[in-house]
Amino acid sequence: MPMVMAAADVRRSLTRISHEIIEKSRDILPVLVGIHTRGVPLARRIATVIEEVGGARVPVGALDIGLHRDDLSTRPTTPLSGTQLPADITDRTVVLVDDVLYTGRTVRAALDALNDFGRPEVVRLAVLVDRGHRQLPIRPDHVGCNLPTSVAERVSVRLGEIDGGEDGVWVQGVRS
Amino acid sequence: MSFLTTEGLPRQDLEEILDLADEFTHVLARPIPRVPALQGKLVANLFFESSTRTRLSFERAARALSADVMSFSASGSSLTKGESLKDTVLTIEAMGVDLMVVRHRATGAPWRVAGWTGCQVINAGDGAHQHPTQAMLDALTLRRRFGDLDGLRVAIVGDIRHSRVARSNVFALTTLGARVILVAPRTLQPVDCVGWPVETTDDLDAVVGAVDAAYLLRIQTERGGASVFPSLREYVSRYGMTRDRFARLPADAVVLHPGPMNRGVEIDDMVAGHPRTLILDQVANGLAVRMAILFRLLGGK
Repeated sequence: MPMVMAAADVRRSLTRISHEIIEKSRDILPVLVGIHTRGVPLARRIATVIEEVGGARVPVGALDIGLHRDDLSTRPTTPLSGTQLPADITDRTVVLVDDVLYTGRTVRAALDALNDFGRPEVVRLAVLVDRGHRQLPIRPDHVGCNLPTSVAERVSVRLGEIDGGEDGVWVQGVRS
Repeated sequence: MSFLTTEGLPRQDLEEILDLADEFTHVLARPIPRVPALQGKLVANLFFESSTRTRLSFERAARALSADVMSFSASGSSLTKGESLKDTVLTIEAMGVDLMVVRHRATGAPWRVAGWTGCQVINAGDGAHQHPTQAMLDALTLRRRFGDLDGLRVAIVGDIRHSRVARSNVFALTTLGARVILVAPRTLQPVDCVGWPVETTDDLDAVVGAVDAAYLLRIQTERGGASVFPSLREYVSRYGMTRDRFARLPADAVVLHPGPMNRGVEIDDMVAGHPRTLILDQVANGLAVRMAILFRLLGGK
Protein backbone atom coordinates (compact mmCIF):
# COMPACT_ATOMS: atom_id res chain seq x y z
CA MET A 1 0.00 0.00 0.00
CA PRO A 2 1.80 3.17 -1.15
CA MET A 3 2.26 5.89 1.44
CA VAL A 4 1.51 9.37 0.18
CA MET A 5 2.10 11.35 3.38
CA ALA A 6 4.49 10.43 6.16
CA ALA A 7 4.25 11.68 9.75
CA ALA A 8 6.48 14.66 8.94
CA ASP A 9 4.29 15.61 5.95
CA VAL A 10 1.19 15.49 8.11
CA ARG A 11 2.87 17.72 10.70
CA ARG A 12 4.07 20.23 8.09
CA SER A 13 0.64 20.39 6.45
CA LEU A 14 -1.10 21.03 9.74
CA THR A 15 1.43 23.73 10.61
CA ARG A 16 0.82 25.46 7.28
CA ILE A 17 -2.95 25.22 7.72
CA SER A 18 -2.62 26.71 11.20
CA HIS A 19 -0.67 29.66 9.80
CA GLU A 20 -3.26 30.18 7.07
CA ILE A 21 -6.02 30.23 9.68
CA ILE A 22 -4.18 32.83 11.75
CA GLU A 23 -3.60 34.96 8.65
CA LYS A 24 -7.23 34.81 7.62
CA SER A 25 -8.63 35.75 11.01
CA ARG A 26 -8.20 39.33 12.14
CA ASP A 27 -9.14 40.09 15.74
CA ILE A 28 -11.04 37.04 16.86
CA LEU A 29 -9.74 33.55 16.24
CA PRO A 30 -12.25 31.06 14.89
CA VAL A 31 -13.88 28.12 16.63
CA LEU A 32 -12.34 24.89 15.33
CA VAL A 33 -14.82 22.05 14.93
CA GLY A 34 -13.53 18.59 14.11
CA ILE A 35 -15.81 16.12 12.37
CA HIS A 36 -15.84 12.69 14.05
CA THR A 37 -13.73 10.62 14.02
CA ARG A 38 -10.36 11.81 12.71
CA GLY A 39 -11.31 15.45 12.26
CA VAL A 40 -11.36 15.85 16.05
CA PRO A 41 -7.66 15.16 16.79
CA LEU A 42 -6.71 17.15 13.68
CA ALA A 43 -8.65 20.15 15.02
CA ARG A 44 -6.92 19.78 18.39
CA ARG A 45 -3.48 19.70 16.76
CA ILE A 46 -4.23 22.80 14.69
CA ALA A 47 -5.41 24.55 17.85
CA THR A 48 -2.14 23.65 19.58
CA VAL A 49 -0.07 25.13 16.76
CA ILE A 50 -2.20 28.28 16.67
CA GLU A 51 -1.74 28.65 20.40
CA GLU A 52 2.05 28.25 20.11
CA VAL A 53 2.36 30.64 17.17
CA GLY A 54 -0.41 33.12 17.78
CA GLY A 55 -0.35 33.01 21.54
CA ALA A 56 -4.11 32.73 21.83
CA ARG A 57 -6.22 29.81 22.83
CA VAL A 58 -8.66 28.57 20.19
CA PRO A 59 -11.84 26.80 21.24
CA VAL A 60 -12.09 23.28 19.80
CA GLY A 61 -15.30 21.28 19.37
CA ALA A 62 -16.38 17.94 18.01
CA LEU A 63 -19.24 17.37 15.60
CA ASP A 64 -21.06 14.07 15.10
CA ILE A 65 -22.92 14.04 11.80
CA GLY A 66 -24.38 10.55 12.28
CA LEU A 67 -27.93 11.92 12.47
CA HIS A 68 -27.56 14.25 9.49
CA ARG A 69 -26.23 11.94 6.80
CA ASP A 70 -28.25 11.72 3.56
CA ASP A 71 -27.46 8.01 3.20
CA LEU A 72 -28.77 6.88 6.61
CA SER A 73 -31.38 4.61 5.11
CA THR A 74 -28.90 2.77 2.90
CA ARG A 75 -26.28 1.76 5.45
CA PRO A 76 -26.20 0.21 8.91
CA THR A 77 -26.41 2.59 11.85
CA THR A 78 -23.18 3.42 13.59
CA PRO A 79 -22.82 4.40 17.23
CA LEU A 80 -22.97 8.13 17.88
CA SER A 81 -20.00 9.90 19.39
CA GLY A 82 -21.75 13.06 20.43
CA THR A 83 -21.36 16.71 19.57
CA GLN A 84 -19.60 19.08 21.94
CA LEU A 85 -19.22 22.69 20.95
CA PRO A 86 -17.06 24.75 23.33
CA ALA A 87 -18.63 28.10 22.54
CA ASP A 88 -21.72 29.70 21.07
CA ILE A 89 -21.01 29.62 17.35
CA THR A 90 -23.55 32.30 16.42
CA ASP A 91 -21.81 35.20 14.64
CA ARG A 92 -18.42 33.49 14.97
CA THR A 93 -16.13 32.08 12.33
CA VAL A 94 -16.14 28.29 12.39
CA VAL A 95 -13.46 26.20 10.74
CA LEU A 96 -14.66 22.66 10.08
CA VAL A 97 -11.82 20.15 10.15
CA ASP A 98 -11.84 16.69 8.58
CA ASP A 99 -9.26 14.19 7.38
CA VAL A 100 -10.36 13.42 3.82
CA LEU A 101 -12.56 15.49 1.51
CA TYR A 102 -14.18 13.27 -1.10
CA THR A 103 -17.81 13.54 -2.27
CA GLY A 104 -18.60 16.49 0.00
CA ARG A 105 -21.59 14.77 1.56
CA THR A 106 -20.03 14.64 5.01
CA VAL A 107 -19.42 18.39 4.85
CA ARG A 108 -22.98 19.03 3.74
CA ALA A 109 -24.23 17.00 6.72
CA ALA A 110 -21.84 18.91 9.00
CA LEU A 111 -23.18 22.26 7.76
CA ASP A 112 -26.71 21.06 8.56
CA ALA A 113 -25.65 19.81 11.98
CA LEU A 114 -23.97 23.15 12.79
CA ASN A 115 -27.23 24.92 11.99
CA ASP A 116 -28.87 23.25 14.97
CA PHE A 117 -26.48 25.06 17.27
CA GLY A 118 -26.54 28.55 15.84
CA ARG A 119 -25.76 30.68 12.82
CA PRO A 120 -22.04 31.19 12.31
CA GLU A 121 -20.97 34.31 10.44
CA VAL A 122 -18.54 32.34 8.27
CA VAL A 123 -17.85 28.62 7.94
CA ARG A 124 -14.54 27.52 6.43
CA LEU A 125 -13.27 24.05 5.69
CA ALA A 126 -9.85 22.60 6.44
CA VAL A 127 -8.91 19.08 5.32
CA LEU A 128 -5.74 17.04 5.48
CA VAL A 129 -6.36 15.41 2.09
CA ASP A 130 -8.51 16.50 -0.84
CA ARG A 131 -8.94 13.47 -3.10
CA GLY A 132 -11.42 15.01 -5.53
CA HIS A 133 -14.65 13.50 -6.95
CA ARG A 134 -17.01 16.01 -5.42
CA GLN A 135 -20.73 15.30 -5.79
CA LEU A 136 -21.80 18.61 -4.28
CA PRO A 137 -20.70 22.23 -4.81
CA ILE A 138 -18.32 22.25 -1.83
CA ARG A 139 -14.67 23.37 -1.81
CA PRO A 140 -12.06 23.45 0.94
CA ASP A 141 -10.39 26.64 2.16
CA HIS A 142 -7.31 24.95 3.63
CA VAL A 143 -5.85 21.78 2.14
CA GLY A 144 -2.93 19.74 3.47
CA CYS A 145 -2.42 17.70 0.33
CA ASN A 146 -4.19 17.57 -3.04
CA LEU A 147 -4.28 13.93 -3.99
CA PRO A 148 -5.63 12.96 -7.40
CA THR A 149 -7.28 9.55 -7.04
CA SER A 150 -9.60 7.27 -8.92
CA VAL A 151 -12.96 6.33 -7.44
CA ALA A 152 -11.78 2.73 -7.15
CA GLU A 153 -9.03 3.72 -4.75
CA ARG A 154 -9.25 4.01 -0.98
CA VAL A 155 -7.51 6.69 1.01
CA SER A 156 -6.72 5.75 4.59
CA VAL A 157 -5.51 8.15 7.22
CA ARG A 158 -3.89 6.99 10.43
CA LEU A 159 -3.50 9.30 13.37
CA GLY A 160 -1.66 8.44 16.55
CA GLU A 161 -4.48 9.57 18.86
CA ILE A 162 -6.96 7.18 17.29
CA ASP A 163 -5.11 4.43 15.48
CA GLY A 164 -1.92 4.34 17.55
CA GLY A 165 1.53 4.39 16.02
CA GLU A 166 2.91 6.80 13.45
CA ASP A 167 0.73 9.21 11.48
CA GLY A 168 0.42 8.66 7.76
CA VAL A 169 -1.77 8.65 4.66
CA TRP A 170 -1.95 5.71 2.27
CA VAL A 171 -3.70 4.97 -1.01
CA GLN A 172 -5.02 1.49 -1.65
CA GLY A 173 -6.25 -0.05 -4.87
CA VAL A 174 -5.63 0.53 -8.55
CA ARG A 175 -4.31 3.94 -9.54
CA SER A 176 -5.52 5.12 -12.91
CA MET B 1 -36.92 -6.10 13.46
CA SER B 2 -39.37 -4.96 16.12
CA PHE B 3 -39.14 -3.98 19.78
CA LEU B 4 -41.74 -5.99 21.65
CA THR B 5 -40.32 -7.18 24.96
CA THR B 6 -37.34 -6.86 27.26
CA GLU B 7 -37.44 -10.58 28.08
CA GLY B 8 -34.48 -12.36 26.53
CA LEU B 9 -32.79 -9.22 25.17
CA PRO B 10 -29.03 -9.45 25.63
CA ARG B 11 -27.29 -7.00 27.91
CA GLN B 12 -25.32 -5.54 25.02
CA ASP B 13 -28.52 -4.55 23.18
CA LEU B 14 -29.92 -2.88 26.29
CA GLU B 15 -26.68 -1.00 26.87
CA GLU B 16 -26.51 0.12 23.24
CA ILE B 17 -30.02 1.54 23.54
CA LEU B 18 -29.07 3.38 26.74
CA ASP B 19 -25.84 4.73 25.18
CA LEU B 20 -27.77 5.97 22.17
CA ALA B 21 -30.38 7.51 24.48
CA ASP B 22 -27.60 9.40 26.28
CA GLU B 23 -26.66 10.96 22.94
CA PHE B 24 -30.27 11.89 22.24
CA THR B 25 -30.46 13.57 25.65
CA HIS B 26 -27.84 15.99 24.30
CA VAL B 27 -29.80 16.44 21.08
CA LEU B 28 -32.91 17.31 23.11
CA ALA B 29 -30.93 19.97 25.00
CA ARG B 30 -29.90 21.82 21.82
CA PRO B 31 -31.38 25.16 20.80
CA ILE B 32 -33.07 23.31 17.92
CA PRO B 33 -33.84 19.89 19.41
CA ARG B 34 -34.43 18.14 16.12
CA VAL B 35 -32.26 16.11 13.76
CA PRO B 36 -33.15 14.95 10.23
CA ALA B 37 -32.26 11.31 10.87
CA LEU B 38 -35.68 9.83 10.08
CA GLN B 39 -36.80 12.28 7.42
CA GLY B 40 -39.43 10.72 5.17
CA LYS B 41 -40.31 7.91 7.58
CA LEU B 42 -43.89 7.55 8.75
CA VAL B 43 -44.67 6.40 12.29
CA ALA B 44 -48.23 5.45 13.26
CA ASN B 45 -49.20 5.59 16.91
CA LEU B 46 -51.97 3.03 17.40
CA PHE B 47 -53.37 3.36 20.87
CA PHE B 48 -56.22 0.90 21.30
CA GLU B 49 -56.04 1.58 25.02
CA SER B 50 -55.98 5.06 26.52
CA SER B 51 -52.70 6.80 27.18
CA THR B 52 -51.45 10.33 27.53
CA ARG B 53 -47.78 10.31 28.41
CA THR B 54 -46.70 7.35 26.29
CA ARG B 55 -48.51 8.55 23.18
CA LEU B 56 -47.27 12.12 23.52
CA SER B 57 -43.77 10.88 24.29
CA PHE B 58 -43.67 8.75 21.13
CA GLU B 59 -45.03 11.65 19.07
CA ARG B 60 -42.41 14.03 20.37
CA ALA B 61 -39.62 11.47 19.97
CA ALA B 62 -40.58 10.72 16.37
CA ARG B 63 -40.86 14.41 15.50
CA ALA B 64 -37.49 15.19 17.08
CA LEU B 65 -36.05 12.71 14.57
CA SER B 66 -37.99 14.45 11.76
CA ALA B 67 -40.28 11.47 11.13
CA ASP B 68 -43.92 12.10 10.26
CA VAL B 69 -46.45 10.89 12.83
CA MET B 70 -50.04 9.75 12.63
CA SER B 71 -51.87 9.11 15.86
CA PHE B 72 -54.88 6.97 16.41
CA SER B 73 -56.88 6.29 19.51
CA ALA B 74 -59.55 3.67 19.82
CA SER B 75 -62.32 5.99 20.91
CA GLY B 76 -63.76 7.69 17.85
CA SER B 77 -62.27 5.16 15.43
CA SER B 78 -63.78 2.58 13.10
CA LEU B 79 -63.29 0.00 15.83
CA THR B 80 -66.49 1.36 17.34
CA LYS B 81 -68.13 0.54 13.99
CA GLY B 82 -67.07 -3.08 14.33
CA GLU B 83 -63.86 -3.19 12.28
CA SER B 84 -61.45 -5.91 13.37
CA LEU B 85 -57.97 -5.18 14.67
CA LYS B 86 -56.44 -6.88 11.65
CA ASP B 87 -58.43 -4.82 9.13
CA THR B 88 -57.62 -1.64 11.03
CA VAL B 89 -53.86 -2.21 10.98
CA LEU B 90 -53.84 -3.38 7.34
CA THR B 91 -55.70 -0.21 6.40
CA ILE B 92 -53.20 1.92 8.23
CA GLU B 93 -50.26 0.00 6.75
CA ALA B 94 -51.63 0.72 3.25
CA MET B 95 -51.10 4.42 3.94
CA GLY B 96 -47.36 3.87 3.72
CA VAL B 97 -46.45 3.42 7.37
CA ASP B 98 -42.90 2.33 8.22
CA LEU B 99 -43.37 1.64 11.92
CA MET B 100 -46.32 1.11 14.23
CA VAL B 101 -46.36 1.90 17.92
CA VAL B 102 -49.04 -0.34 19.38
CA ARG B 103 -50.80 -0.28 22.71
CA HIS B 104 -53.59 -2.77 23.29
CA ARG B 105 -55.31 -4.22 26.32
CA ALA B 106 -54.84 -7.77 24.99
CA THR B 107 -51.60 -9.58 25.74
CA GLY B 108 -49.69 -10.35 22.56
CA ALA B 109 -51.54 -7.90 20.31
CA PRO B 110 -48.32 -6.18 19.12
CA TRP B 111 -46.91 -9.58 18.06
CA ARG B 112 -50.05 -10.22 16.00
CA VAL B 113 -49.76 -6.78 14.39
CA ALA B 114 -46.11 -7.47 13.53
CA GLY B 115 -47.14 -10.79 11.99
CA TRP B 116 -49.95 -9.32 9.87
CA THR B 117 -48.01 -6.36 8.51
CA GLY B 118 -44.61 -5.75 7.02
CA CYS B 119 -44.14 -2.85 9.45
CA GLN B 120 -41.78 -2.77 12.34
CA VAL B 121 -43.65 -2.65 15.63
CA ILE B 122 -42.88 -1.15 19.02
CA ASN B 123 -44.90 -2.51 21.91
CA ALA B 124 -46.21 0.46 23.88
CA GLY B 125 -47.96 -1.79 26.40
CA ASP B 126 -49.98 -4.97 25.89
CA GLY B 127 -52.39 -5.80 28.69
CA ALA B 128 -50.59 -6.86 31.85
CA HIS B 129 -47.75 -8.35 29.83
CA GLN B 130 -44.97 -5.99 28.61
CA HIS B 131 -44.16 -2.30 28.32
CA PRO B 132 -40.55 -2.44 27.20
CA THR B 133 -39.93 1.25 26.43
CA GLN B 134 -41.04 2.10 29.97
CA ALA B 135 -38.47 -0.33 31.38
CA MET B 136 -35.76 1.19 29.19
CA LEU B 137 -36.53 4.72 30.37
CA ASP B 138 -36.50 3.49 33.96
CA ALA B 139 -33.13 1.84 33.38
CA LEU B 140 -31.84 5.07 31.83
CA THR B 141 -33.11 7.08 34.81
CA LEU B 142 -31.37 4.75 37.26
CA ARG B 143 -28.17 4.63 35.20
CA ARG B 144 -27.99 8.42 34.93
CA ARG B 145 -28.50 8.66 38.70
CA PHE B 146 -26.19 5.89 39.87
CA GLY B 147 -23.80 5.53 36.92
CA ASP B 148 -24.28 1.80 36.67
CA LEU B 149 -27.01 -0.71 37.48
CA ASP B 150 -24.64 -3.47 38.57
CA GLY B 151 -25.57 -4.56 42.09
CA LEU B 152 -28.22 -1.86 42.44
CA ARG B 153 -31.05 -2.99 44.73
CA VAL B 154 -34.46 -2.12 43.31
CA ALA B 155 -37.74 -2.87 45.06
CA ILE B 156 -40.78 -2.91 42.79
CA VAL B 157 -43.75 -2.29 45.04
CA GLY B 158 -47.45 -2.82 44.55
CA ASP B 159 -49.70 -4.38 41.97
CA ILE B 160 -47.11 -6.61 40.31
CA ARG B 161 -49.68 -9.09 39.05
CA HIS B 162 -51.45 -6.62 36.77
CA SER B 163 -48.34 -4.66 35.87
CA ARG B 164 -46.70 -4.80 32.46
CA VAL B 165 -44.28 -2.19 33.79
CA ALA B 166 -43.10 -4.60 36.47
CA ARG B 167 -42.67 -7.49 34.01
CA SER B 168 -40.64 -5.41 31.57
CA ASN B 169 -38.54 -3.96 34.37
CA VAL B 170 -37.78 -7.33 35.94
CA PHE B 171 -36.08 -8.52 32.75
CA ALA B 172 -34.43 -5.23 31.77
CA LEU B 173 -33.06 -4.35 35.21
CA THR B 174 -31.81 -7.82 36.11
CA THR B 175 -30.14 -8.25 32.71
CA LEU B 176 -28.36 -4.97 33.39
CA GLY B 177 -27.11 -6.35 36.71
CA ALA B 178 -29.59 -4.97 39.23
CA ARG B 179 -31.08 -7.03 42.05
CA VAL B 180 -34.85 -6.82 41.94
CA ILE B 181 -37.17 -7.48 44.87
CA LEU B 182 -40.89 -7.69 44.16
CA VAL B 183 -42.92 -6.38 47.09
CA ALA B 184 -46.65 -7.00 47.06
CA PRO B 185 -49.48 -8.51 49.05
CA ARG B 186 -49.78 -12.22 48.23
CA THR B 187 -52.87 -11.51 46.18
CA LEU B 188 -51.00 -9.08 43.93
CA GLN B 189 -47.90 -11.18 43.41
CA PRO B 190 -47.67 -12.57 39.90
CA VAL B 191 -48.60 -16.17 39.27
CA ASP B 192 -46.05 -16.55 36.47
CA CYS B 193 -42.94 -15.44 38.34
CA VAL B 194 -41.48 -18.93 38.81
CA GLY B 195 -38.03 -18.81 37.30
CA TRP B 196 -37.81 -15.01 37.31
CA PRO B 197 -34.43 -13.82 38.58
CA VAL B 198 -36.00 -11.96 41.52
CA GLU B 199 -36.79 -12.21 45.21
CA THR B 200 -40.35 -11.71 46.41
CA THR B 201 -41.75 -10.56 49.74
CA ASP B 202 -44.99 -9.21 51.12
CA ASP B 203 -43.25 -7.07 53.73
CA LEU B 204 -42.18 -3.65 52.47
CA ASP B 205 -40.97 -2.54 55.91
CA ALA B 206 -38.47 -5.41 55.97
CA VAL B 207 -36.70 -4.19 52.82
CA VAL B 208 -37.24 -0.43 52.76
CA GLY B 209 -34.05 0.30 54.70
CA ALA B 210 -31.84 -1.58 52.26
CA VAL B 211 -32.78 -0.54 48.73
CA ASP B 212 -31.27 1.97 46.30
CA ALA B 213 -34.55 2.55 44.51
CA ALA B 214 -38.21 2.01 45.33
CA TYR B 215 -40.31 1.63 42.22
CA LEU B 216 -43.95 2.24 43.08
CA LEU B 217 -46.76 0.89 40.94
CA ARG B 218 -50.26 2.21 40.53
CA ILE B 219 -53.17 0.17 41.78
CA GLN B 220 -54.84 -0.75 38.50
CA THR B 221 -58.51 -0.51 39.20
CA GLU B 222 -59.22 -1.06 35.47
CA ARG B 223 -57.57 -4.50 35.67
CA GLY B 224 -59.23 -5.48 38.95
CA GLY B 225 -56.34 -4.42 41.15
CA ALA B 226 -58.40 -2.85 43.92
CA SER B 227 -60.59 -5.88 44.53
CA VAL B 228 -57.88 -8.07 46.03
CA PHE B 229 -57.12 -6.23 49.27
CA PRO B 230 -59.60 -5.25 51.95
CA SER B 231 -59.35 -1.46 51.73
CA LEU B 232 -57.18 1.28 50.26
CA ARG B 233 -56.36 2.38 53.80
CA GLU B 234 -54.92 -1.00 54.60
CA TYR B 235 -52.93 -0.95 51.36
CA VAL B 236 -51.49 2.48 52.19
CA SER B 237 -50.55 1.41 55.68
CA ARG B 238 -48.60 -1.63 54.45
CA TYR B 239 -47.39 -0.71 50.94
CA GLY B 240 -47.76 3.05 50.48
CA MET B 241 -44.63 5.23 50.27
CA THR B 242 -45.63 7.30 53.27
CA ARG B 243 -43.45 10.06 54.72
CA ASP B 244 -42.46 7.68 57.45
CA ARG B 245 -41.28 4.97 55.04
CA PHE B 246 -39.58 7.53 52.83
CA ALA B 247 -37.58 8.66 55.87
CA ARG B 248 -36.44 5.07 56.40
CA LEU B 249 -35.02 4.71 52.88
CA PRO B 250 -31.22 4.99 52.69
CA ALA B 251 -30.13 8.62 52.34
CA ASP B 252 -29.34 8.45 48.62
CA ALA B 253 -32.16 6.11 47.60
CA VAL B 254 -34.62 7.30 44.97
CA VAL B 255 -38.30 6.78 44.25
CA LEU B 256 -39.69 6.02 40.80
CA HIS B 257 -43.23 5.76 39.52
CA PRO B 258 -44.39 5.08 35.96
CA GLY B 259 -47.39 7.37 36.30
CA PRO B 260 -50.18 8.19 36.38
CA MET B 261 -49.89 8.24 40.16
CA ASN B 262 -52.57 8.17 42.80
CA ARG B 263 -51.33 10.70 45.35
CA GLY B 264 -52.15 9.55 48.84
CA VAL B 265 -52.42 5.89 47.81
CA GLU B 266 -49.15 4.34 46.62
CA ILE B 267 -47.26 7.61 47.09
CA ASP B 268 -47.59 10.37 49.67
CA ASP B 269 -48.09 13.89 48.36
CA MET B 270 -44.87 15.19 49.93
CA VAL B 271 -42.86 12.22 48.65
CA ALA B 272 -44.21 12.79 45.13
CA GLY B 273 -42.63 16.24 45.03
CA HIS B 274 -39.35 15.35 46.76
CA PRO B 275 -36.07 15.90 44.84
CA ARG B 276 -35.20 12.21 45.27
CA THR B 277 -38.43 11.24 43.52
CA LEU B 278 -37.49 11.02 39.85
CA ILE B 279 -40.90 10.89 38.20
CA LEU B 280 -40.29 13.90 35.94
CA ASP B 281 -36.78 12.66 35.07
CA GLN B 282 -38.45 9.43 33.95
CA VAL B 283 -40.73 11.38 31.64
CA ALA B 284 -37.83 13.38 30.17
CA ASN B 285 -35.69 10.25 29.75
CA GLY B 286 -38.64 8.58 28.02
CA LEU B 287 -38.19 10.91 25.05
CA ALA B 288 -34.51 10.05 24.66
CA VAL B 289 -35.10 6.31 25.03
CA ARG B 290 -37.91 6.31 22.49
CA MET B 291 -35.77 8.30 20.07
CA ALA B 292 -33.03 5.71 20.52
CA ILE B 293 -35.37 2.80 19.84
CA LEU B 294 -37.02 4.51 16.84
CA PHE B 295 -33.58 5.33 15.43
CA ARG B 296 -32.32 1.78 15.88
CA LEU B 297 -35.36 0.36 14.11
CA LEU B 298 -35.71 2.91 11.31
CA GLY B 299 -32.30 4.58 11.06
CA GLY B 300 -30.22 2.01 9.26
CA LYS B 301 -30.55 -0.48 6.48
